[in-house]
Amino acid sequence: MTGKSDTLVAWDDVLASYDPALGLEVHVELNTVTKMFCGCPTEFGAEPNSQVCPVCLGLPGAMPVVNRKAVESAIRIGLALNCEIAEWCRFARKNYFYPDMPKNFQTSQYDEPIAFEGYMDVMVEGEIHRVEIERAHMEEDTGKSLHVGGATGRIHGADYSLVDYNRAGIPLIEIVTKPIMGSREKAPLIAKAYVAQLRELIVALGVSDARMDQGSIRADVNLSLAPVGTGALGTRTETKNVNSLRSVERAVRYEMQRHAAVLDSGKAIFQETRHWHEDTGVTTSGREKSDADDYRYFPEPDLVPVAPSRAWVEELSGTLPENPREKLDRLQADWGFSDLEMRDTVGAGALGLVEETIAAGAAPQAARKWWLSEMARRANDSGVDIAELGVSPAQVAAVQALVDAKTINDKLARQVFDGLLAGEGTPEEIVAARGLAVVSDDGALGAAVDIAIAANPDVADKIRDGKHAAAGALIGVVMKEMRGQADAGRVRELILEKLS
Amino acid sequence: MPEITRDEVAHLATLARIDLDDAELDHLAPQLSVILESIASISSVAGDDVPPTSHPMPLTNVFREDVVVPGLTAAQALSGAPASEQQRFSVPRILGDEQ
Amino acid sequence: MSDLTRTTAAQLADALAAGETTSVEVTQAHLDRIGEVDGAIHAFLHVDAEGALAQAAASDARRAAGRPASGLDGVPIAVKDILATQGLPTTCGSKILEGWIPPYDATVVARLKAAGLPILGKTNMDEFAMGSSTEHSAYGPTHNPWDLDRIPGGSGGGSAAAVAAFEAPLALGTDTGGSIRQPGAVTGTVGVKPTYGSISRYGLVALANSLDQVGPVTRTVLDAALLHELIGGHDPRDSTSITQPVPDLTDAVRLGATGDLTGVRIGVVKELNGSGYQDGVRQRFQESVDLMVDAGATLVEVSCPMFVHALAAYYLILPAEASSNLAKFDAMRYGLRVLPEDIADPSAEDVMRASRDAGFGDEVKRRIILGTYALSSGYYDAYYGQAQKVRTLISRDFDAAFEQADVLLSPTAPTTAFKLGEKLDDPIAMYLNDLATIPANLSGVPGISVPGGLAEEDGLPVGIQILAPTMADDRVYRVGSALETLLTDRWGGPLLDRAPALKGAPA
Repeated sequence: MTGKSDTLVAWDDVLASYDPALGLEVHVELNTVTKMFCGCPTEFGAEPNSQVCPVCLGLPGAMPVVNRKAVESAIRIGLALNCEIAEWCRFARKNYFYPDMPKNFQTSQYDEPIAFEGYMDVMVEGEIHRVEIERAHMEEDTGKSLHVGGATGRIHGADYSLVDYNRAGIPLIEIVTKPIMGSREKAPLIAKAYVAQLRELIVALGVSDARMDQGSIRADVNLSLAPVGTGALGTRTETKNVNSLRSVERAVRYEMQRHAAVLDSGKAIFQETRHWHEDTGVTTSGREKSDADDYRYFPEPDLVPVAPSRAWVEELSGTLPENPREKLDRLQADWGFSDLEMRDTVGAGALGLVEETIAAGAAPQAARKWWLSEMARRANDSGVDIAELGVSPAQVAAVQALVDAKTINDKLARQVFDGLLAGEGTPEEIVAARGLAVVSDDGALGAAVDIAIAANPDVADKIRDGKHAAAGALIGVVMKEMRGQADAGRVRELILEKLS
Repeated sequence: MPEITRDEVAHLATLARIDLDDAELDHLAPQLSVILESIASISSVAGDDVPPTSHPMPLTNVFREDVVVPGLTAAQALSGAPASEQQRFSVPRILGDEQ
Repeated sequence: MSDLTRTTAAQLADALAAGETTSVEVTQAHLDRIGEVDGAIHAFLHVDAEGALAQAAASDARRAAGRPASGLDGVPIAVKDILATQGLPTTCGSKILEGWIPPYDATVVARLKAAGLPILGKTNMDEFAMGSSTEHSAYGPTHNPWDLDRIPGGSGGGSAAAVAAFEAPLALGTDTGGSIRQPGAVTGTVGVKPTYGSISRYGLVALANSLDQVGPVTRTVLDAALLHELIGGHDPRDSTSITQPVPDLTDAVRLGATGDLTGVRIGVVKELNGSGYQDGVRQRFQESVDLMVDAGATLVEVSCPMFVHALAAYYLILPAEASSNLAKFDAMRYGLRVLPEDIADPSAEDVMRASRDAGFGDEVKRRIILGTYALSSGYYDAYYGQAQKVRTLISRDFDAAFEQADVLLSPTAPTTAFKLGEKLDDPIAMYLNDLATIPANLSGVPGISVPGGLAEEDGLPVGIQILAPTMADDRVYRVGSALETLLTDRWGGPLLDRAPALKGAPA
């Protein structure tokens, strides 16, 4: 999309004049086997229009029936977010026309959500921020359009569109926060940390694939600015399509800078939908809120109310994962991490990854080290979230196991990760194929040590005189000779043996 | 007394995606006003203490289990489509935004 | 057998069981009759001779093998065009669905097929069931077999006329505000609106979801009971479907057929009898009441003061729900697609607008606009919300009335069949036809219309409506059957015997 680029105000100047109010709407696609209101499968990536039936295609006469498992997941999400669970609630029709919505209304919940009035404590730079949850409600997803013609494959400028309804009717839970006030300069980080922690919670609940890159978690960012210190609420924009943790942070920062520029110039922000562009890192204007938003909600007459019994809610609360804060304390104790190490791990969005890596057999410090140094650097270089880098906790644990077995060292391990990202196979296969194994065979090492001693008689003399620290120089020579693949510990032992 | 103006009818027709022409608007507006007038009595009949009835039979918690039920083939799904391509429904260019 | 088309479904079932005829013979006889008279009646939008005969042959094979699928196996039926039929066009009387062939069956249609009833075709109706005369069909009106210049009622005028003209022994209808009962009344046939939720709505193209019910359209009360038992019962595909089993209806009919009503309290609803009702209608109604009292019934007058608001509540709830239901007809996935003439490169939205303008008739547009208005922000509470409260009040009236009476009686419709075109552009006058039938839909109670004789001033049929409490469908059958027995004894034969012979057809 083209258009004049937005004027932005420098970050410090934004904060000098304005207070941000933040709101997040996160859609979580559930991992139920079937859709929200029909028995069609929900598998990702099937042939177009092969997972449809009269209900999700909106054929005349078809009627919805609620998926019990989806309600159960909604209640569990609500409970995990410390929400109240409605004793009685209904589905409603949200009426608007759009070609990827088969009935031209979305079956959703309106003023009677299944869960409401909750909170989540979000950790940012070692501090806890309480994000209040307004509601979590059930709804259905839409189909997907392919835009044909035009230059970009985007909706604008396309000649026509091709619609696949496989996704139509997949259950979604929409989680809406109350306005988050007082976040100041931390607003971008709080937004990111909230979505990251929410994602981890969803993973722990096991209710969604939680893949932001596949759209199974989608965030909309609401943002407004008010003059600093007034505590007022300004006009907000709703930025859609923010589909990575990194983008959540960037989009908040961008909108704050853009709003400030508009307000500084004496103009008003008007309420609109904006679109986040991952590639260029900017938002662009979508449609203005207008009469199209007269959604004419009314209770879905083809469905009956959902009235979860307290016994059911009680039973489901027994299936919840551990409270996140207690869990953090427990993990820190188990792993022996310092406060700083723990904070960095959480801040990098790597808590779950480290946990899984440890579960797969790696030592806690080793797991932390790989994710927070090597993986974080690689993710940053390629501009993706660490979770979506393409290396799994199991693979990191496997690489570390090779290090522990002295098959490779840390330096060689980096080459193994190169191989993993290039899709060259398992760590073992990569070590074999690339010839990365450490040489610890005394014959080969001994010969290299002998050569090194012969070539550096002055260093050898120092060692003979008891200056063992000088061995490092000889080890370096041997390592160079053996292209890094020597077992440095064994080389040291051999040098000391030969020169004692 | 409730009345629907011609402009209001035009606005409602936009919401309902019906391309009413001038003659239809002229005809409909007064008819709708008459209908509205005849049903206006409703607004004062029931007090705040009367609960609404959304269904004649008060059922709750009607669920299905999360089990796959065979649906339609893509060919069946597309059988009524005015146009299709690449096993998808072909629709004219879409105004506005990506959902 | 003499004339297979003038035989009741129950008699046909007996004859088929006894091997006196075959389903192919019966089905062919009805197809022949359709060929003879439907040019004048226009009860059918689509006749499936080939499919019906194939189903009939399969039925005969089952009978020959001693394994009939049901008591009605082989008895042909007509289906209102609002019910999805796999492989058969389903248009709902609308241009917007012209040529649409559903890839699935409505649950009731699946039950007919499983029970072995050959489907003769799809019957005419007011577009999307909006109307009381079948004149709002996009495919032209159906004509009343009693007088071809008059309406057959609506919206299910096609099903009622098909049965009245002996084109089918049985038909399915749907009743949202009287669309089974009122056509029954004006064509001298029997129509039943069952308890809401007792017959699956899955595959019924929704008009107003919280009011719609499928029900039988027949010439006798017994036939209605046989069909009702066959299509009724819980359906997991319809979330509003109730789990209670269908009561024993044929037993209730047999009890009623004794003509004895001793101990039955019949309530006459004050608000559904009096001004606005044609003289001949009131006379026939009074006659029926008198006959029932003579047969042992106790008469009580009951008052249902909230019924006067039923029409208003109905004309808010129905358009509101319908405006949303009909949004799916947008030219994207099925149905008519019209490109606007004056736009060079139309968008999806332009095509939706043009297609919906071209594909919907006046009455449908009228109600969509009305419903859109009623649901619009700012009006919801005043209209839709308020109408739902009125439903509660009407149900309370019913509750109170049923404490005094076992069944409630009224004329089914305020007048006999009016002339085609007479009320076409006067929506309010048209809506008043459903005054007596609408309260039952608002509160979900079952009701039947049985022929009550001919009005003296015009010689046209009058219907008597019998309502019972929710789930007491057996009561409408018992009392309906009793009244049918009392009246046919008095007439010396079925009312339809007095209908004029149709041109081009043997009497």
